[in-house]
Amino acid sequence: MKVSDLVKKYELKVFAGGASLNNEISGGYVSDLLSDVMGNAGEGEIWITLQTHQNVVAIASLKDLAAVILVKNLEPEEDTLKHAENEGIPLLGTSMNTFEIAGKIYQDLST
Amino acid sequence: MSVELNFKIPGGDFTKTGVASSKVKKALKQLSIDSKSIKRIVVAIYEAEINVTAHARGGKMKVVISDNEIEVLITDEGPGIENIEKAMEAGFSTASKEVREMGFGAGMGLPNIKKNTDELEIVSTPGVGTTVKFKCSFNK
Repeated sequence: MKVSDLVKKYELKVFAGGASLNNEISGGYVSDLLSDVMGNAGEGEIWITLQTHQNVVAIASLKDLAAVILVKNLEPEEDTLKHAENEGIPLLGTSMNTFEIAGKIYQDLST
Repeated sequence: MSVELNFKIPGGDFTKTGVASSKVKKALKQLSIDSKSIKRIVVAIYEAEINVTAHARGGKMKVVISDNEIEVLITDEGPGIENIEKAMEAGFSTASKEVREMGFGAGMGLPNIKKNTDELEIVSTPGVGTTVKFKCSFNK
Protein backbone atom coordinates (compact mmCIF):
# COMPACT_ATOMS: atom_id res chain seq x y z
CA MET A 1 0.00 0.00 0.00
CA LYS A 2 1.23 3.45 -0.91
CA VAL A 3 0.86 6.68 1.04
CA SER A 4 -1.29 8.03 -1.80
CA ASP A 5 -3.80 5.17 -1.25
CA LEU A 6 -4.34 6.31 2.34
CA VAL A 7 -4.57 9.96 1.33
CA LYS A 8 -7.34 9.07 -1.10
CA LYS A 9 -9.21 6.64 1.12
CA TYR A 10 -9.30 8.83 4.24
CA GLU A 11 -9.25 12.21 2.50
CA LEU A 12 -6.07 13.14 4.31
CA LYS A 13 -4.85 16.68 3.97
CA VAL A 14 -1.41 16.92 2.32
CA PHE A 15 0.44 19.72 4.11
CA ALA A 16 3.82 19.08 2.48
CA GLY A 17 5.93 16.44 0.77
CA GLY A 18 3.33 15.75 -1.93
CA ALA A 19 6.09 14.63 -4.27
CA SER A 20 6.74 11.57 -2.10
CA LEU A 21 3.21 10.15 -1.94
CA ASN A 22 4.43 7.12 -3.87
CA ASN A 23 6.28 5.92 -0.76
CA GLU A 24 5.40 2.33 0.05
CA ILE A 25 4.08 1.71 3.58
CA SER A 26 5.65 -1.17 5.52
CA GLY A 27 3.70 -0.67 8.74
CA GLY A 28 2.77 1.97 11.27
CA TYR A 29 3.90 3.47 14.56
CA VAL A 30 1.91 5.51 17.04
CA SER A 31 3.63 7.66 19.64
CA ASP A 32 4.02 11.24 20.79
CA LEU A 33 7.33 10.55 22.52
CA LEU A 34 10.02 11.35 20.02
CA SER A 35 12.68 9.12 21.52
CA ASP A 36 10.23 6.23 21.43
CA VAL A 37 9.79 6.75 17.69
CA MET A 38 13.53 7.26 17.25
CA GLY A 39 14.26 4.01 19.06
CA ASN A 40 11.46 1.81 17.77
CA ALA A 41 9.85 2.91 14.51
CA GLY A 42 10.95 1.02 11.42
CA GLU A 43 11.84 2.09 7.91
CA GLY A 44 8.84 2.74 5.67
CA GLU A 45 6.36 2.99 8.54
CA ILE A 46 3.67 5.63 8.77
CA TRP A 47 3.85 7.66 12.00
CA ILE A 48 0.70 8.95 13.66
CA THR A 49 1.21 11.74 16.20
CA LEU A 50 -0.08 14.98 17.70
CA GLN A 51 3.35 16.62 17.77
CA THR A 52 3.58 19.41 15.19
CA HIS A 53 7.09 20.89 15.60
CA GLN A 54 9.87 20.39 13.10
CA ASN A 55 11.73 17.69 15.00
CA VAL A 56 8.95 15.37 13.85
CA VAL A 57 10.24 15.80 10.30
CA ALA A 58 13.87 15.41 11.39
CA ILE A 59 13.00 12.04 12.94
CA ALA A 60 10.84 10.92 10.01
CA SER A 61 13.72 11.72 7.68
CA LEU A 62 16.44 10.11 9.81
CA LYS A 63 14.34 6.95 10.20
CA ASP A 64 13.24 6.87 6.53
CA LEU A 65 9.56 6.78 7.52
CA ALA A 66 6.95 6.70 4.74
CA ALA A 67 4.86 9.61 6.04
CA VAL A 68 3.62 11.43 9.13
CA ILE A 69 -0.08 11.89 9.96
CA LEU A 70 -1.07 14.71 12.32
CA VAL A 71 -4.34 13.98 14.09
CA LYS A 72 -7.35 16.00 15.30
CA ASN A 73 -6.99 18.75 12.67
CA LEU A 74 -3.68 19.86 14.14
CA GLU A 75 -1.68 22.10 11.85
CA PRO A 76 2.10 21.84 11.41
CA GLU A 77 4.22 24.81 12.37
CA GLU A 78 5.68 26.93 9.57
CA ASP A 79 9.23 25.53 9.84
CA THR A 80 7.83 21.98 10.05
CA LEU A 81 6.19 22.53 6.66
CA LYS A 82 9.36 23.87 5.08
CA HIS A 83 11.45 21.09 6.52
CA ALA A 84 9.02 18.41 5.28
CA GLU A 85 9.03 19.90 1.79
CA ASN A 86 12.85 20.01 1.72
CA GLU A 87 13.26 16.49 3.05
CA GLY A 88 10.48 15.03 0.90
CA ILE A 89 8.51 13.67 3.84
CA PRO A 90 4.74 13.50 3.27
CA LEU A 91 3.17 15.47 6.09
CA LEU A 92 -0.52 14.61 6.28
CA GLY A 93 -3.48 15.62 8.40
CA THR A 94 -6.78 14.13 9.51
CA SER A 95 -9.73 15.24 11.64
CA MET A 96 -9.77 11.80 13.26
CA ASN A 97 -8.08 11.15 16.58
CA THR A 98 -5.16 8.78 16.92
CA PHE A 99 -7.28 5.80 17.98
CA GLU A 100 -9.60 6.10 14.99
CA ILE A 101 -7.04 6.63 12.25
CA ALA A 102 -4.62 4.05 13.68
CA GLY A 103 -7.43 1.48 13.85
CA LYS A 104 -8.41 2.05 10.24
CA ILE A 105 -4.87 1.92 8.89
CA TYR A 106 -4.14 -1.15 10.99
CA GLN A 107 -7.08 -2.90 9.29
CA ASP A 108 -5.87 -1.82 5.86
CA LEU A 109 -2.36 -3.09 6.44
CA SER A 110 -3.47 -6.40 8.00
CA THR A 111 -5.70 -7.49 5.15
CA MET B 1 41.74 6.71 5.77
CA SER B 2 39.33 8.48 8.04
CA VAL B 3 36.77 11.26 7.74
CA GLU B 4 36.30 13.80 10.49
CA LEU B 5 33.19 15.92 10.96
CA ASN B 6 32.72 18.63 13.58
CA PHE B 7 29.50 20.24 14.72
CA LYS B 8 28.42 22.88 17.18
CA ILE B 9 25.28 22.01 19.09
CA PRO B 10 23.28 24.96 20.40
CA GLY B 11 21.76 24.76 23.85
CA GLY B 12 18.04 25.34 24.15
CA ASP B 13 17.35 25.72 20.43
CA PHE B 14 15.55 22.66 19.08
CA THR B 15 15.28 24.08 15.55
CA LYS B 16 18.83 22.91 14.82
CA THR B 17 18.47 19.47 16.39
CA GLY B 18 19.03 16.77 13.84
CA VAL B 19 21.40 18.77 11.66
CA ALA B 20 24.46 16.82 12.81
CA SER B 21 22.63 13.46 12.57
CA SER B 22 21.43 14.24 9.09
CA LYS B 23 24.91 15.23 7.87
CA VAL B 24 26.51 12.15 9.40
CA LYS B 25 23.83 9.98 7.81
CA LYS B 26 24.61 11.44 4.38
CA ALA B 27 28.35 10.98 4.89
CA LEU B 28 27.89 7.33 5.92
CA LYS B 29 25.66 6.68 2.91
CA GLN B 30 28.30 8.12 0.61
CA LEU B 31 30.85 5.79 2.16
CA SER B 32 28.50 2.87 1.34
CA ILE B 33 28.22 1.74 4.93
CA ASP B 34 25.50 -0.86 5.53
CA SER B 35 22.09 0.64 6.20
CA LYS B 36 21.50 -1.28 9.44
CA SER B 37 24.61 0.25 10.99
CA ILE B 38 23.70 3.69 9.68
CA LYS B 39 20.33 3.41 11.40
CA ARG B 40 21.90 2.53 14.75
CA ILE B 41 24.47 5.30 14.58
CA VAL B 42 21.91 7.91 13.57
CA VAL B 43 19.66 7.08 16.54
CA ALA B 44 22.60 7.47 18.94
CA ILE B 45 23.78 10.76 17.44
CA TYR B 46 20.30 12.25 17.35
CA GLU B 47 19.70 11.40 21.00
CA ALA B 48 23.06 12.95 21.89
CA GLU B 49 22.09 16.14 20.06
CA ILE B 50 18.79 16.24 21.94
CA ASN B 51 20.55 15.78 25.27
CA VAL B 52 22.85 18.74 24.70
CA THR B 53 20.02 20.96 23.47
CA ALA B 54 17.67 19.96 26.28
CA HIS B 55 20.10 20.18 29.18
CA ALA B 56 23.24 22.16 28.36
CA ARG B 57 24.13 25.72 27.42
CA GLY B 58 25.79 24.35 24.32
CA GLY B 59 28.26 21.80 23.13
CA LYS B 60 30.21 20.33 20.28
CA MET B 61 30.38 17.00 18.54
CA LYS B 62 33.32 15.39 16.82
CA VAL B 63 32.68 12.43 14.54
CA VAL B 64 35.49 10.29 13.17
CA ILE B 65 34.60 7.67 10.58
CA SER B 66 37.35 5.15 9.91
CA ASP B 67 37.42 1.91 7.92
CA ASN B 68 35.28 -0.19 10.21
CA GLU B 69 33.97 2.04 12.95
CA ILE B 70 32.62 5.43 13.81
CA GLU B 71 33.64 7.25 16.96
CA VAL B 72 31.61 10.14 18.32
CA LEU B 73 32.68 12.54 21.05
CA ILE B 74 30.21 15.04 22.48
CA THR B 75 31.34 17.66 24.96
CA ASP B 76 28.94 20.10 26.53
CA GLU B 77 28.93 22.97 28.96
CA GLY B 78 26.03 22.43 31.26
CA PRO B 79 24.71 21.18 34.56
CA GLY B 80 26.42 17.80 34.30
CA ILE B 81 24.88 14.54 35.46
CA GLU B 82 24.71 13.94 39.22
CA ASN B 83 24.20 10.20 39.03
CA ILE B 84 25.13 8.56 35.73
CA GLU B 85 23.82 5.15 36.74
CA LYS B 86 20.43 6.68 37.48
CA ALA B 87 20.49 8.66 34.22
CA MET B 88 20.97 5.41 32.31
CA GLU B 89 17.74 3.97 33.74
CA ALA B 90 14.88 3.88 31.24
CA GLY B 91 12.25 6.44 32.24
CA PHE B 92 14.48 8.57 34.45
CA SER B 93 14.62 12.19 33.28
CA THR B 94 15.43 15.64 34.62
CA ALA B 95 14.05 17.43 31.54
CA SER B 96 11.96 20.58 31.93
CA LYS B 97 8.21 20.71 31.40
CA GLU B 98 8.69 22.56 28.07
CA VAL B 99 11.06 19.90 26.78
CA ARG B 100 8.64 17.15 27.83
CA GLU B 101 5.74 18.84 26.07
CA MET B 102 7.68 18.56 22.82
CA GLY B 103 7.79 14.81 23.33
CA PHE B 104 11.38 14.70 24.53
CA GLY B 105 12.62 14.03 28.05
CA ALA B 106 10.93 10.68 28.50
CA GLY B 107 14.06 9.12 29.94
CA MET B 108 14.76 7.16 26.78
CA GLY B 109 17.70 9.09 25.34
CA LEU B 110 20.69 7.52 27.07
CA PRO B 111 19.12 4.01 26.96
CA ASN B 112 18.64 4.52 23.20
CA ILE B 113 22.30 5.50 22.87
CA LYS B 114 23.40 2.49 24.91
CA LYS B 115 21.27 0.12 22.84
CA ASN B 116 22.59 1.39 19.53
CA THR B 117 26.30 1.63 20.23
CA ASP B 118 29.06 -0.91 20.91
CA GLU B 119 30.99 1.15 23.44
CA LEU B 120 29.71 4.02 25.55
CA GLU B 121 31.59 6.15 28.05
CA ILE B 122 30.12 9.06 30.01
CA VAL B 123 32.18 11.38 32.15
CA SER B 124 30.47 14.23 33.92
CA THR B 125 31.31 16.97 36.37
CA PRO B 126 28.21 18.47 38.01
CA GLY B 127 28.10 22.20 37.38
CA VAL B 128 30.66 22.04 34.58
CA GLY B 129 29.54 19.67 31.84
CA THR B 130 29.39 16.22 30.37
CA THR B 131 31.46 14.28 27.88
CA VAL B 132 29.87 11.38 26.06
CA LYS B 133 31.93 9.12 23.85
CA PHE B 134 30.60 6.21 21.85
CA LYS B 135 31.68 3.87 19.11
CA CYS B 136 29.84 1.73 16.58
CA SER B 137 31.48 -0.78 14.33
CA PHE B 138 30.06 -1.39 10.87
CA ASN B 139 30.43 -3.38 7.67
CA LYS B 140 30.92 -2.06 4.21
